[in-house]
Amino acid sequence: MTMTEQATGAHPQPRPRSGGQQSAPEHVTGAQSLIRSLEEVGADTVFGIPGGAILPAYDPLMDSTRVRHVLVRHEQGAGHAATGYAQATGKVGVCMATSGPGATNLVTPIADAHMDSVPLVAITGQVASKAIGTDAFQEADIVGITMPVTKHNFLVTKAEDIPRVIAQAFHIASTGRPGPVLVDIAKDALQAKTTFSWPPVMDLPGYRPVTKPHAKQIREAAKLITSAKRPVLYVGGGVLKAHATAELKVLAELTGAPVTTTLMALGAFPDSHELHVGMPGMHGAVTAVTALQKADLIVALGARFDDRVTGKLDSFAPYAKIVHADIDPAEIGKNRAADVPIVGDAREVIADLVQAVQKEHSEGHTGDYSAWWKDLNRWRETYPLGYEQPDNGSLSPQQVIERVGQLAPEGTIFAAGVGQHQMWAAHYIQYEKPATWLNSGGAGTMGYAVPAAMGAKAGAPDRTVWAIDGDGCFQMTNQELTTCALNNIPIKVAIINNGALGMVRQWQTLFYNQRYSNTVLHSGPEADGKQPSAGTRIPDFVKLSEAMGCYAIRCESPDELDKVIEEANSINDRPVVIDFIVHEDAMVWPMVAAGTSNDEVMFARDVRPDFGDNEDD
Amino acid sequence: MSKHTLSVLVENKPGVLARITALFSRRGFNIDSLAVGVTEHPEISRITIVVNVIEALPLEQVTKQLNKLVNVLKIVELEAGSAVQRELVLVKVRADNETRSQIVEIVQLFRAKTVDVSPEAVTVEATGSSDKLSAMLKMLEPYGIKELVQSGTIAIGRGARSITDRSLRSLDRSA
Repeated sequence: MTMTEQATGAHPQPRPRSGGQQSAPEHVTGAQSLIRSLEEVGADTVFGIPGGAILPAYDPLMDSTRVRHVLVRHEQGAGHAATGYAQATGKVGVCMATSGPGATNLVTPIADAHMDSVPLVAITGQVASKAIGTDAFQEADIVGITMPVTKHNFLVTKAEDIPRVIAQAFHIASTGRPGPVLVDIAKDALQAKTTFSWPPVMDLPGYRPVTKPHAKQIREAAKLITSAKRPVLYVGGGVLKAHATAELKVLAELTGAPVTTTLMALGAFPDSHELHVGMPGMHGAVTAVTALQKADLIVALGARFDDRVTGKLDSFAPYAKIVHADIDPAEIGKNRAADVPIVGDAREVIADLVQAVQKEHSEGHTGDYSAWWKDLNRWRETYPLGYEQPDNGSLSPQQVIERVGQLAPEGTIFAAGVGQHQMWAAHYIQYEKPATWLNSGGAGTMGYAVPAAMGAKAGAPDRTVWAIDGDGCFQMTNQELTTCALNNIPIKVAIINNGALGMVRQWQTLFYNQRYSNTVLHSGPEADGKQPSAGTRIPDFVKLSEAMGCYAIRCESPDELDKVIEEANSINDRPVVIDFIVHEDAMVWPMVAAGTSNDEVMFARDVRPDFGDNEDD
Repeated sequence: MSKHTLSVLVENKPGVLARITALFSRRGFNIDSLAVGVTEHPEISRITIVVNVIEALPLEQVTKQLNKLVNVLKIVELEAGSAVQRELVLVKVRADNETRSQIVEIVQLFRAKTVDVSPEAVTVEATGSSDKLSAMLKMLEPYGIKELVQSGTIAIGRGARSITDRSLRSLDRSA
């Protein structure tokens, strides 16, 4: 096995069996056994911070030529970096921390990876096995704490169990529906003498993910697709996880059905493709939202009918039959009943669907969606994504993001934080290829962008990586820019600085009578309790970034926009940060207000699309 | 609201019960009763869960989510008609010379046992379906129930087939 090989969803490692050739036992410590195991599973990059309980592992790690350790500044950064690494490379991301607070600082990125089904292995040190349960120094029950936010987790108290548990952790994280796995290792297990032999025998009798779809269900789905009048392919992140984008393109072009890609699936189908109708959901394109509402058939592929997509569930897609394909059987029927449930890996499902649809076509059953496309095209022309320039000459945040996207070199990876800038980055950057868009979709973790971009760049050093971040998000995790500067991880950061927690402020504008309670970031309250809107430049992001070893500039006017982006793109020897001072009242449109039906999608403030009477049947 | 009895075969490892109960509370499922014990195979434990299902969260979601737990080997729903279901109750009933014989008569009617007698109380052991046990407790109540402890339901399918067979085979394969 070479060091670049690694278990992924698409190429699961052959499951080691007792019949396989095991290497001759080496006499090692538990810590050495851990590092040897990480080498053997192909973990080439680990993000982490040492501390008391994990300390034994860091000694042999220093000598490993196959595992690179990136010393981060906060464990949360290690976790999101591992996620970014995994999202960009398709491999398992690895992070490491010590017991107690080190481990609990990983909880947010673990929960984040769980919501977005990211293959992640988190290794934590634990106090010595005899001290477990005694409230020892830096003790936390991290296995108990992370039980609900991991796919599985392990507590290891014996050195001889380390190789088996590491192999199992990577296997579980990367197969089936991917997810985070935590391995908590007691300090005495790391210190004990043991033997190391690879591959270990895995012992997972209760873990059998189904990947091969049922042929009968596939035939049913193909029949529905070719007999539907208004079908939509509703594509979720599972299609990216399964590396099924080529198959998806074939299926879409074969059927001629419109495609909508969720926030987690941007890049799974080219934005520029004529069959693409945009992103669905709360801030989705009017055409995508409406296509689902009016559809007579929804073919969900690796998507989970999340509330941000469906809006008010009982009024979602009232006319649609549902074909729901997912690798996780529990997703099928969870939120919306499926007429044709299909359990399987998205790649196998779509490949089988292509064949089944071809067979239907050969029997003369081809769908006629021409009337449907007439509607879709009219909505597309009437309600395109768009924004207005601020009339005071200040920078429009949408334009900044759009230009960063347009001027980025081919193959650029974009990572976003959470909030308005995330939605604008979803709308105004064109995603043509898989693994070019990283974001925190399910958990909505502010502060995701900088460390995730760092992880992506560490995993894909030849690609340009832009973090599109808000000034709120940036203040949560910017410390990792120091890590980037010191470890030759030259990411680029566009701070979309509106001086506020913009998305929350937008809700205050729309639903709380413009009472801006605690959403202004760049100034504190005045004597009257109100916060002024004029910025104080505290903190000064340019100085802050310079202090962390970055090249940093500020941009406040549309005239400078292209020049600063081009300058940032030309610098590759250190991280670059651009502080874009943008208009603070810009809002994200379209929008479906929380708790309302997707029929109530607003194209802009107080503007509800007019779909005509004849379509509301 | 409807009650279902699930037999869940799990790996006999630390923390498995915590994973299952945590899953129930996190997903908003209601546990009516729970019993855990060994099986004929030392590596497998059997958890019998009586779950109260409300319409919005069908039983299917409960079993699918349980199935995702790595330590869960198999889940079987045991229907009342085709399974034997039992609970055990130990109850301490106030008794004096006047009432003791009446209590013992009730105990015999329900084919229960008196397992301890003292001048002021009788301790009764009874097994049966939950209907039978509640009927017996209703009869004993007027005498004064001083203390009551009841097990969760355990259940086993009728007939020769065993639900552990196939799980054992998968354990053997991986060994």
